Amino acid sequence: MFEILKKQELSENITLFEIDAKDIAKKAEPGNFIVLRIHEEGERIPLTIADFDRERGTLTTVFQKVGKTTHHLGTLNEGDFISDVIGPLGINSHIENFGKVVCVGGGVGIAPVYPIARALKHAGNHVFSIIGARTKSLLFWEDRMRQVSDELIVTTDDGSCGRKAVVTIPLEELLKEHTDIKLVIAIGPAIMMKFVCKTTEKYNVKTVVSLNSIMIDGTGMCGGCRVEVGGETKFCCVDGPDFDGHKVDFDLLMERQKMYLDEERTAFERYKAALGG
Amino acid sequence: MGTEPEKQDKKTKTRVRMKEQEPAERARNFREVPFGYTPEEAVEEASRCLSCKNPPCREGCPVEVEIPQFIRLIKEGNFLEACYTIKQKNALPAVCGRVCPQENQCEARCIVGKKGDPVAIGNLERFAADYEAEKGEVRIPEKPRATGRKVAIIGSGPGGLTCASDLIMSGHEVTMFEALHKPGGVLVYGIPEFRLPKVIVEREVGYIRKLGVEVVTNAVIGRLFTVDELLNEKGYDACFIATGAGLPMFLGIPGENFNGVYSANEFLTRANLMKAYLFPEYDTPIKRPGRVAVFGAGNVAMDSARVALRLGAEKVYLVYRRSEAEMPARKAEIHHAKEEGVEFVLLTNPVRFLDDGNGNLRAVECIRMELGEPDESGRRRPVPVEGSEFEMEIDVAIPALGAKANPLLLKTLPDLRLNRRGYIIAEEETGMTSKRGVFAGGDIVTGAATVILAMGAGKKVARAINGYLKWKYWDVSGFIEQ
Ligand SMILES: Cc1cc2nc3c(=O)[nH]c(=O)nc-3n(C[C@H](O)[C@H](O)[C@H](O)COP(=O)(O)OP(=O)(O)OC[C@H]3O[C@@H](n4cnc5c(N)ncnc54)[C@H](O)[C@@H]3O)c2cc1C
Ligand SMILES: Cc1cc2nc3c(=O)[nH]c(=O)nc-3n(C[C@H](O)[C@H](O)[C@H](O)COP(=O)(O)OP(=O)(O)OC[C@H]3O[C@@H](n4cnc5c(N)ncnc54)[C@H](O)[C@@H]3O)c2cc1C
Ligand code: SF4
Ligand code: SF4
Ligand code: FES
Repeated sequence: MFEILKKQELSENITLFEIDAKDIAKKAEPGNFIVLRIHEEGERIPLTIADFDRERGTLTTVFQKVGKTTHHLGTLNEGDFISDVIGPLGINSHIENFGKVVCVGGGVGIAPVYPIARALKHAGNHVFSIIGARTKSLLFWEDRMRQVSDELIVTTDDGSCGRKAVVTIPLEELLKEHTDIKLVIAIGPAIMMKFVCKTTEKYNVKTVVSLNSIMIDGTGMCGGCRVEVGGETKFCCVDGPDFDGHKVDFDLLMERQKMYLDEERTAFERYKAALGG
Repeated sequence: MGTEPEKQDKKTKTRVRMKEQEPAERARNFREVPFGYTPEEAVEEASRCLSCKNPPCREGCPVEVEIPQFIRLIKEGNFLEACYTIKQKNALPAVCGRVCPQENQCEARCIVGKKGDPVAIGNLERFAADYEAEKGEVRIPEKPRATGRKVAIIGSGPGGLTCASDLIMSGHEVTMFEALHKPGGVLVYGIPEFRLPKVIVEREVGYIRKLGVEVVTNAVIGRLFTVDELLNEKGYDACFIATGAGLPMFLGIPGENFNGVYSANEFLTRANLMKAYLFPEYDTPIKRPGRVAVFGAGNVAMDSARVALRLGAEKVYLVYRRSEAEMPARKAEIHHAKEEGVEFVLLTNPVRFLDDGNGNLRAVECIRMELGEPDESGRRRPVPVEGSEFEMEIDVAIPALGAKANPLLLKTLPDLRLNRRGYIIAEEETGMTSKRGVFAGGDIVTGAATVILAMGAGKKVARAINGYLKWKYWDVSGFIEQ
C-alpha cells in the first residue's frame, strides 16, 4: 500500500500526487515511469515519474483525468492509499551536455518533460523549453519549467495565455534561428509528437519522444505495448518509452491507443452512473 | 518388481473417472472443469494401487513423492495423513495434482498401467490436498531454530515458492520478491481459472507466508533493487533467481501489430491475472472476440483457445503447422479443447495478417503444409504447399509459440553467464551459477518446462543453499568454463 502524501489540482483536469514510495524514489531517473493499480478490481496504468525526492522518499506524478481509472484516482485524497505502485520502469532518458536543446511539453506532457529539462540543464545544456496546452486553464508548471530553462515559451491554441499557436510554430522559429540546436525532446499527445518530428526532420535535428502505448505489466512480459521504430517491433515499456522520433510509426501508435475505445466508454459510463446514483 | 499381478482382477483395469462439467456448459464459464473425487471414489481408486515394494511410479515423479504410502493412507480413509505424506516431498499438491503431466511422469511408470489404466495418482494427490484445505486442518510445522542467515528469492512461481518453503523450514530468513502485484508466477497469470482455481494458489502462498516467508510484491528486481544490492547492501547471504521464461514470442509475419493480435502472455494475463473476463466489474478490458485463431499447439495454445471460447467466441481455430500427433500439449488438454468445440486447422501456417483499413485485424492469410523429410528432432518437417494460400476471417489472433528469457533482470547482471538462448547457465544438481552466492532454477534455466520441474529445481537449490550458507563453498569450474 502506498500513501498519497500530497494532492494538488494543477488545472481543470490535471492533478498532482506525491506518493510515499521510498525504494522507487531512490532509483528513479528522468524518463522513468510507474505502473499503478488503485485497488483489487482495478486495471494497471502507467504514469510518468514527474519528480522524485530521494531524501523524503517520495514520487511526484501528474495525471490527466481522461477515463475511469484516472477519474477514480482523482477522487483519492491525502492520506488515502493506492494498492500497488510498481517502478521505476523504462529506460532512463539519455542525459549529457549536448549544447543547445529544446524541451517540448504538450498538455499533461509538461510534467514528464520537466525532470528531463532539469537534468539537461544540470548537465550544462542551454535549454529552450516550449510548453503548450489548448487553453490557459489546462496549463501548469510554468514556474517550474522557467526555473530549469534558459528560455521558456508558452503557447495556447486559443491565445488565452502566452502565444496563440501550437508548439511547432515557436519550435520551427528556434530551429531556424539556432542552427546549432543538437536535440529536441518532445512529450505530449501522439499527434503533437508526430508533428514535432515532422518539423525537426526538415532541420535534421535529432528528436527524442516518449511514447505512451497501452501497457499492462511494464516489464516486457506481455508485449501489449508494441510500437514500431525504424520498421522494427519494440516493447515500449522496456525498450523505451524514449525513442528516436524520426523512426517512430506514429500512425500505428495512435491506432493501437484506440484498441479499447468501446470498453473504455462502457467503463467510464458505468463509473459515472455509479457516482450519480 | 515386488508386485503381485495376479491380484489384478478385471475391476481394476479401468480407473474411477473424475466427473466433470459437460463440455457445452463449461465452454461458457470459467469454473473448474473436473469436480474432484468424492471420498468414496478416492478410496475406490486408491484400492487399485498394488503398494509396490519398489514403486516405479515414484521414480517417474521429479520430486519423488512417496506415492504408495500416500495412496495406502487414502485407501485406509486417512486422508489428512495422506496429504501430509505428499507434502513432505511436494509443497504444492493441489497444484500438481491438477497440472502435472502425470501421463508422462508418475502414471507413465505405474505397474497397473501395463494391463489397463494406470492408477490415477494425480487425481488422488489432488483429492488429498483439497480434502485437507476443505477441512481447514492445514498443519503449520514448528519453526526451526533461526540460523540468522537471509536468503532472497526472485520470482514467486512454483520454483520460488518451493525453494522458499524449504529454506524457511531450515531456519533461514526468507524474502520472496515478485514483480507483479500477485504472487504465483504462471500459476496466477498464465494457467486459467478453469484448470487451476486461483484460490488454490492464494492458499499455497498464504501457507508459506504463515511459515514466515516475507512476500514482497511489486518488486521488479533489476529496477527496484539489483542483485548486487541485495547481496552487498541489504544483507542477503544468497539469492535464488526463479524468474521464469516470461518473454513472449511472435510469429514475425507482416501485420502482427494490428489491433486484435495478442501474445498468449497478454491474452492470458488480461484474462487470468487481471480478471478481464469479469469486465466491467473488473477494470481491465479484453476484446470479446467473434472469431479467433490461436497459433501453436502446446499447453499455452490450448489454454488460450479455451479462454477465447469462454469469452464468448463463436469460432476458435487452433492453427498448427504439423499434425495432431506432433502436438506438444497434454493429451487431456487436447481432448478437452476438442470436446469444447475448438476447431483444429492442422498442417497450416500463417503468412500475414490483414486489417480493415484502420489497423484492426480482419483476417489471416495461411498456407497449407505437408510433412517432408525428418529434421534434427526426428519429426517430419512441414513444408509449404505452393499456391495453397487461403484467407481466414478472424478478429482476434493469438500467437502461442512459447517463451524466451526476459532480459530485464539479466542485463543488470553482466557477471552472470548465459547460454546461447539467453537462459542462465546453472549446475543441474545445485543451481549454482557463475556468480558467487547466486543460484538459479526453473524456466529461467531450462526454458519453458513444467511446474513440477521448476519445483524440483527449487528443492535442489534449497538444499544447495543450505550447504553454501554453512560452508561458503563455491566452485563452478566443473561446468562453467572460465
Ligand atoms: C509510459 C507512459 C507514461 C504515461 N504517463 C502519463 C502521465 O504522466 N500522466 C498522464 O496523465 N498520463 C500518462 N500516461 C497515459 C495514462 O496511462 C492513461 O491516460 C491512462 O491509462 C488512462 O486510463 P483511464 O482508465 O483513465 O482512461 P481510459 O478511458 O481507459 O483510456 C483513455 C486513453 O488512455 C490510454 N490508455 C488506456 N489504458 C491504458 C493503459 N493500461 N496503459 C496506457 N495507456 C492506456 C488509451 O490510449 C485510451 O484511449 C502514460 C502512458 C504511458 C504508456
Ligand atoms: C499458459 C501456460 C500453461 C501451462 N500449463 C502447464 C501445465 O499444465 N502443466 C505444467 O506442468 N506446466 C505448465 N506450464 C509451464 C509452467 O507453468 C512453468 O514451467 C512454471 O510455472 C515455471 O516455474 P518458474 O518458477 O520457473 O517460473 P514462473 O512460474 O514463470 O514464475 C516466475 C515469476 O517471476 C517473476 N519475475 C520475473 N522477473 C522478475 C524480476 N525481475 N523481479 C521479480 N520477479 C520477477 C514473474 O513475474 C513470475 O511471477 C504452463 C505455462 C503456461 C504459460
Ligand atoms: S508431483 Fe506430479 S509427478 Fe509427482 S506424484 Fe504428484 S502428480 Fe505425479
Ligand atoms: S501407483 Fe502403480 S506403480 Fe505406484 S505403487 Fe501403486 S501400483 Fe505400484
Ligand atoms: S507492458 Fe507488457 S510488455 Fe510492455
